[in-house]
Amino acid sequence: MTKNKITSFLFENKVVVLFVFLCIGGTIASGQSMNFVVSELLTRIARNSFLVLALIIPVLAGLGLNFGIVIGAMAAQIAIFFTTHWGFTGVGGFLLTALLSTPLAVFFGYLVGKLFNNMKGAEMIGGLVLGYFTDGLYQLFFLFILGGVIPIDNPKLMISTGVGVKNTIDLKDTIKYSLDTVPMLTIIEFGFYIAVAVMVISAVVKLAKKQEVNWKRTAVSLVGLVVVYALTFLPAVEQFLSSDRLRLLNAVELACFGTLIWQAVKFALCKARKTDWPRNRAIAACIVAVVVYALTYVPAIYNVMVYVQLPVLTYLCIAALCFFNTALMKTRLGQNMRTVGQSRVVANAAGINVDRTRIIAMIFSTVLASWGQLIFLQNVGTFSTYGAHTQVGQFAIASLVVGGASVQKATNKQAIIGVILFHTLFIVAPLAGKELFGNAMIGEYFRVFVSYGVIAMSLAMHAWKKVVKPKLEANAAAGASPAGEAAQ
Amino acid sequence: MRDNVKGVVRQVGLPRIIIGGFFLLLLFTASGFGMDLMQIVSDIIRRWGMYGVLALAMVPAVQCGIGLNFGISMGIVGGLLGGLIVIEWKIAEMPSLVAIHPLFAMWVAILIAIVIGVVLSTGIGWLYGLLLNRVKGSEMTVTTYVGFSIIAFMNIAWTVLPFKSGELIFPNAGEGLRNTISLASSYSGVMNNTFKFSIKLPFGAIEIPTGLLLFFFLMCLLVWLFMRSKTGAAMSAAGANPMFAQASGINVNRMRLIGTTLSTVIAAVGILVYAQGFGFMQLYNGPMMMGFTSVAAVLIGGASATRAKISHVLIGTFLYQGIMALGLPVINLFIPEGNLSEVMRLIISNGIIIYALAQTGGESRD
Repeated sequence: MTKNKITSFLFENKVVVLFVFLCIGGTIASGQSMNFVVSELLTRIARNSFLVLALIIPVLAGLGLNFGIVIGAMAAQIAIFFTTHWGFTGVGGFLLTALLSTPLAVFFGYLVGKLFNNMKGAEMIGGLVLGYFTDGLYQLFFLFILGGVIPIDNPKLMISTGVGVKNTIDLKDTIKYSLDTVPMLTIIEFGFYIAVAVMVISAVVKLAKKQEVNWKRTAVSLVGLVVVYALTFLPAVEQFLSSDRLRLLNAVELACFGTLIWQAVKFALCKARKTDWPRNRAIAACIVAVVVYALTYVPAIYNVMVYVQLPVLTYLCIAALCFFNTALMKTRLGQNMRTVGQSRVVANAAGINVDRTRIIAMIFSTVLASWGQLIFLQNVGTFSTYGAHTQVGQFAIASLVVGGASVQKATNKQAIIGVILFHTLFIVAPLAGKELFGNAMIGEYFRVFVSYGVIAMSLAMHAWKKVVKPKLEANAAAGASPAGEAAQ
Repeated sequence: MRDNVKGVVRQVGLPRIIIGGFFLLLLFTASGFGMDLMQIVSDIIRRWGMYGVLALAMVPAVQCGIGLNFGISMGIVGGLLGGLIVIEWKIAEMPSLVAIHPLFAMWVAILIAIVIGVVLSTGIGWLYGLLLNRVKGSEMTVTTYVGFSIIAFMNIAWTVLPFKSGELIFPNAGEGLRNTISLASSYSGVMNNTFKFSIKLPFGAIEIPTGLLLFFFLMCLLVWLFMRSKTGAAMSAAGANPMFAQASGINVNRMRLIGTTLSTVIAAVGILVYAQGFGFMQLYNGPMMMGFTSVAAVLIGGASATRAKISHVLIGTFLYQGIMALGLPVINLFIPEGNLSEVMRLIISNGIIIYALAQTGGESRD
């Protein structure tokens, strides 16, 4: 029984398993230190996860792998150009860029959704070609309209003739690392103000609507918030929080202790409310936390953990998007999307406006993609005007597929696993190629091949399933019909 | 009157009218600004023959029911291998052949390259067809990515294949084949230069690459004859209505297999025709987007994802390449800096594909 379970688990996750082996093999073959691989990997996870997570909503809404996120990336890049031109810097500049790119992305997403409604069943190839098409429009805009039609007087950004934007724009003095280096202290401070504001507003709204307000609960949460905020005024805590990145070791320690405390609180709450306490799960979580903490004392792991620094707010954004994706699926809109994704006919019969739901899904995806591209660019620090967006869809989709997602099913977990595996391979492949074959290009080509090949395989598998399934159903339903036809 | 106009628009197709109009506009602008129109016309004719065979590869694919074949890179790879082997063997430089006539040696070289390419791409195309028979209904998406994958895979192959000729591999002990391989010593321009002549007109001279055009028309004729044959007719029937074809005793899967293989084989020939006209073979990511160019060309000619004829290839390639050839000089008149013609190519070729997808897409496909 267990053996069967293991084999079926391996079979269902064959892509992931294959890539785990490839990554381990590649890492060993590359001969790189773990310090390098892990720190590079965590940087890449921070950069790319948001974009990959932006793909999930369209998959659930039945639009397949959204090659149209390239267009969201373009919206972000247009916004970034203008804020750089106007000279906004730092987090403020970043937020303004996000604010500027959002309406653009909404508009683009709406158009893409409209178009996709005209090519149902061919969205993926349509999205891919649309990416190339909009790339043309994008180049037209950046090469000729900026400077040619819209006068832009900025010798730093424009080609010397004044028409067209330079190949690369340096973001070092503007928004590079603007999101990555926000100190935790600031995050907690703002989080505190926002949480208080939300509480007050929700209470006021409830009062205005003459609904009952749970004063006890509000008071308890408020006290909790104030305590947390007050803690940050302790000098030791303040000093720890004011650094702009979080050391991986500290992050792991915090996570382990956090898990233990959370389980304890849950235990206390369950006892107090006399509800069931999920014993096995809680104990498992505690054991995992303790084991992970113990592992940090292994010298090799300790070295890596001390070396690597995490951008806190970026990871929080990624976590927030995971939460958003999950939360959205619990709303009415999310349920509608799921229904549309499963069957447009059924959804239509159930009174769901199929076309509208699909457009909304595309708008969500495009906006999220534009933010994802912003996160990517602020981390990379140089904005290659004509190249930054070209591979966005390709790599994001390959990551998602490597994580075990398919054309019809994708989860946050698959996205994150996919990012980890795909980018590990990306880091180690050229180095492994150099070590194994004496030619770094082989590794380079190999990783490109993998990124195309894995998408091709996923698309083919999906198409194959689609052909086989109706056939099986038809055979089961019709029974002896071929013989009947022959008799006629 | 109005109905007449509508009828004409429907018959010719809106995109063809727009693109044809654009072509004429470019032509008038070019002549208005006193450009050497005859030279441009020669260029268009040369490009027509060069790209035509690649676009022709769409006809069997569309007719057999797999739709627009974005994956002609499968055949292109086979053709490139044939071309490489011929250079490695130095066939065009064999003294015995050159003694007869240098052009004859070149013809032998390119024909051997074509034969090798056809043999290889028959095998590749057959396997490719087997794959496509398993993914009915989503061929276009799958072919695109399978095409990309084979190009990426061949990137690895180009670096490790054991070619020795100094013309092929990177100089200075570099590894693998060059990005761009000059055909000057093998078969560069062999078709273009065969029976080439100029038509002298009072305001210039039009160059006619007779060999190239003859070869292109010969290929068209062969495909046309094949489509008229019993197998060809069965193939078209299988593509137009698989259920009906199956009921009338046509083996639909086999027809699709034949169509796919034929399309792949024509692509292999097409890339060699293209390479000899261009004078170079481009390896690595060079052929990646060629499928898109060919698809765009037949679509401009009036084909759809379900129907393509030889006339679509002829008209479409002429218009598409005409715009490409005219676009650069005309646009440079107004905007001298930057590469707007590349932008125009992206917009036109991908715009027409999106238009075609939006026409044939929608619920009707289910």
